[in-house]
Amino acid sequence: MTRRTAHALGHRALPRWTHPGAWWVWALGLATAASRTTNPILLALLVAVAGWVVARRRPDAPWSRSFVVFLRLGLVIVAIRVLFTVFFGSGVGEHVLITLPSVPLPDWAAGVAIGGPVTAEELLLAVYQGMVLATMLACIGAANSLASPARLLASVPSALYEVGVAVVVAMTFAPQLVGDVARVRTARRLRGRPDSGVRAFLGSVMPVLEGALERAVDLAAAMDSRGYGRTGPVSRRVRLTSSVLLLLGVVGVCLGVYGLLDGGTPGLVALPLLAIGVLAGVTGMVLAGRRSVRTRYRPDPWALPEWLVSLAGLVPAAVIIAVAVVSPESLVGPVAPIAWPALPLLPTLAIVVGAAAGIVAPRPPGLAVVRDLGPAAVPLEGVAA
Amino acid sequence: MIRFEDVSVVYDGASAPVLSHVDLHVPEGELVLVVGRTGTGKSTLLKCVNGLVPHFTGGTLSGRVTVAGRDTRLHPPRELADVVGIVPQDPLSGFVTDMVEDELAYGMESIGLAPDVMRRRVEETLDLLGLADLRHRPLLSLSGGQRQRVAIGAVLTTHPQVLVLDEPTSALDPGAAEDVLAALQRLVHDLGVTVLLAEHRLERVVQYADRVVVVHGGGVALEVGLPHDIMVTAPVAPPVVELGRLAGWDPLPLTVRDARRAAGPLRERLAPHADDAVRRSRATLHVLDGEVALTVDDLVVRHGAVPALRGVTLAADRGEIVAVMGRNGAGKSTLLSTLVGLHVPASGAVSVGGELPSRLRGRELIRKVGLVPQEPTDLLVADNVGAECTASDRDCAAVAGTTRAVLDRLAPGVDDSTHPRDLSEGQRLALALSVVLAAEPPVLLLDEPTRGLDYAAKRRLVATLRDLAADGHCVVLATHDVELAAEVATRVVVLADGEVVADGPATDVVVGSPMFAPQVSKVLSPQPWLTVSEVAAALVVAS
Repeated sequence: MTRRTAHALGHRALPRWTHPGAWWVWALGLATAASRTTNPILLALLVAVAGWVVARRRPDAPWSRSFVVFLRLGLVIVAIRVLFTVFFGSGVGEHVLITLPSVPLPDWAAGVAIGGPVTAEELLLAVYQGMVLATMLACIGAANSLASPARLLASVPSALYEVGVAVVVAMTFAPQLVGDVARVRTARRLRGRPDSGVRAFLGSVMPVLEGALERAVDLAAAMDSRGYGRTGPVSRRVRLTSSVLLLLGVVGVCLGVYGLLDGGTPGLVALPLLAIGVLAGVTGMVLAGRRSVRTRYRPDPWALPEWLVSLAGLVPAAVIIAVAVVSPESLVGPVAPIAWPALPLLPTLAIVVGAAAGIVAPRPPGLAVVRDLGPAAVPLEGVAA
Repeated sequence: MIRFEDVSVVYDGASAPVLSHVDLHVPEGELVLVVGRTGTGKSTLLKCVNGLVPHFTGGTLSGRVTVAGRDTRLHPPRELADVVGIVPQDPLSGFVTDMVEDELAYGMESIGLAPDVMRRRVEETLDLLGLADLRHRPLLSLSGGQRQRVAIGAVLTTHPQVLVLDEPTSALDPGAAEDVLAALQRLVHDLGVTVLLAEHRLERVVQYADRVVVVHGGGVALEVGLPHDIMVTAPVAPPVVELGRLAGWDPLPLTVRDARRAAGPLRERLAPHADDAVRRSRATLHVLDGEVALTVDDLVVRHGAVPALRGVTLAADRGEIVAVMGRNGAGKSTLLSTLVGLHVPASGAVSVGGELPSRLRGRELIRKVGLVPQEPTDLLVADNVGAECTASDRDCAAVAGTTRAVLDRLAPGVDDSTHPRDLSEGQRLALALSVVLAAEPPVLLLDEPTRGLDYAAKRRLVATLRDLAADGHCVVLATHDVELAAEVATRVVVLADGEVVADGPATDVVVGSPMFAPQVSKVLSPQPWLTVSEVAAALVVAS
């Protein structure tokens, strides 16, 4: 196997893991694009692109089944946004759909209205704004399904390793919680208690949390016994220096960013501060990394496919940001007056470019077999020992 | 290799020490089996080896534990990771990553081995434990036996000199257990690894042990000896040993093979009574002939796209005890969950007491059918036994005190104020069983009830199940425990790949099956004896 064949593009590539960082760059690119438009067609297109890529390159692993959960969560957000508008909307717009009985509020609550007229314009705006959030969630969900949280951890610098562990444990927590909830619901059914509804939910909170806590303790014991947190011999001076440098770095970066965002500070002050902060931070991290004795098993390479996947996410982001500056009206879902949203050519093409990630990324290992035999031939659970 | 010197452990807030004045020396390359009743401190003993006790669990340890010359007082578990590998009881709870290959590498990454060394050792370990086909699989998709082997492999890659395992085969079917034990055997023989192993299922492991350590608990000194010597007097013994004691064989056989070689005369003595045994076991089957408790007709259940049951047909009457057997993932648990309505059939019919269980809700359901899940604690909600009983009475609208009365019958002397976690495995099972029985369901389902039970608790469970069947309950148990099935089941149903492959009286199904035959049957085949008590009864008649 030469390096070239191993890292080749798309379908011809040998199955391997795509660098999780590339998937996150791609997904955050799409999410950025979504945050800059309320055009429902573009948003729907973004979700479709994310879904298509997930369907093509999703590995066969438990954490990769979360995309649908994120989609549902998105729908819930849209629904909540609409409900809020119905009850607390200000009634701006011409087409009144229904007038709810309004609750008179005391003077100090002026500006807040409960009930009153509900207009079509308002509702449409709520739907569009809800869709923005839902689309961003779908993009995050896509990254979650495509990139293994554990492999993401393997690629953080060793000084950040402990932060990374915390993040990954938190991320794997979610699917396990889902499993716990199912188990507790089963138990409630077996006890003859209601297994759906608000009371059932309240009744299952404590056991689920208890289970989660217990698992956390077990996991901590296992990690400890397997050598997690071993430190190499590092002198006290180096340790102190690295801590001071990290602190300086954080302060420098904060001040620098604040300066850049705050128009009053001259850029000549802000930029050097930022640079010094970054420099101190990086040096501190390198020094701190010396303490860790960890090595890495088969780290994911960052090769051509990773560049292309990242690019496929950055193109929609860049194009839509640019279009938002040049002609913002094409990115807005029109609500006043209500009209069919436009389909701007350039943003549409840019979003379609995002789908290229599903072609250029190598297939994840193990998936090829599943595809060839059809899904029924490889049972996920219940394979005999 | 491992040396305990006058070790005592007291947990914070506990009144009595868990271990007191333990002296133990395990030489290099031995496989040492730790046995003892639940709650005697076996797990604590094991956790002392790599310093989890007291560095992680808290409590006070006096005395000294040294492993490969390192004192655990001075070395926390992470500093011992390259010397001691510890495999927890539930392998899943100890997995840090999510894929097989990464899990194998995790320990090596932590201690900082070079990438090429890691790569080589992962490949070696995959071969050693027969995991090569699973390398890219997510850990959650593995079966129980595969998980256990991955957990062993994950600690092996750091090349520890000592391997500590807490009940590695308790959740496994006989085949998977053999795989795991064969792997351990190879480690001990080929690599000279020292193994310390706690296990309740002596019939599976005692033959592999070089020495046996009996933990009596309650401050009594450890008993250490060769398996043959310990087994002569041990209060807990596998059936093959009990048969040996009954027949007066010397030396006492520990394996089926040894026993078979000694069993010639016994078989001759028993031969005239063999047909009676069959007739008697058939007879118990026919006196029942009660009303139909449950029927399953051409049942298909899917998990997503994967069929878990493919056309299962089954019926059971009240008064029967049906053991459902089969390897991990054969569909046993799915069958039980479908019978309590947790899965909706994709096609076919299920009827429990004349109703489709997935339509039943709340009290209607628990009055028809009750399930004790694999992990009995799942069923428990309160933080002490008294509150649990009260809650259960309320759940099934029974007269106050009903659950408590059932519990007192199953496991007398459980204190009301005890937290369910502090009960022994047997008591916990009894509590879960009482909660289910308080609603008086005619159909009782148990999923893997003997997991973690010691022999005494198992014997009580057997008596309980027989009483329940005599009272007219229909009992269905999914189990890997062939000895339990031989002991209580009037009928055995074997599932494979979601289909029924055998259904009949226990004698017919398990005798001659290499996988599901109990030890007594293996020793005395082709005669149809299943349990030591049957043989004992026949010998009384013969003499």
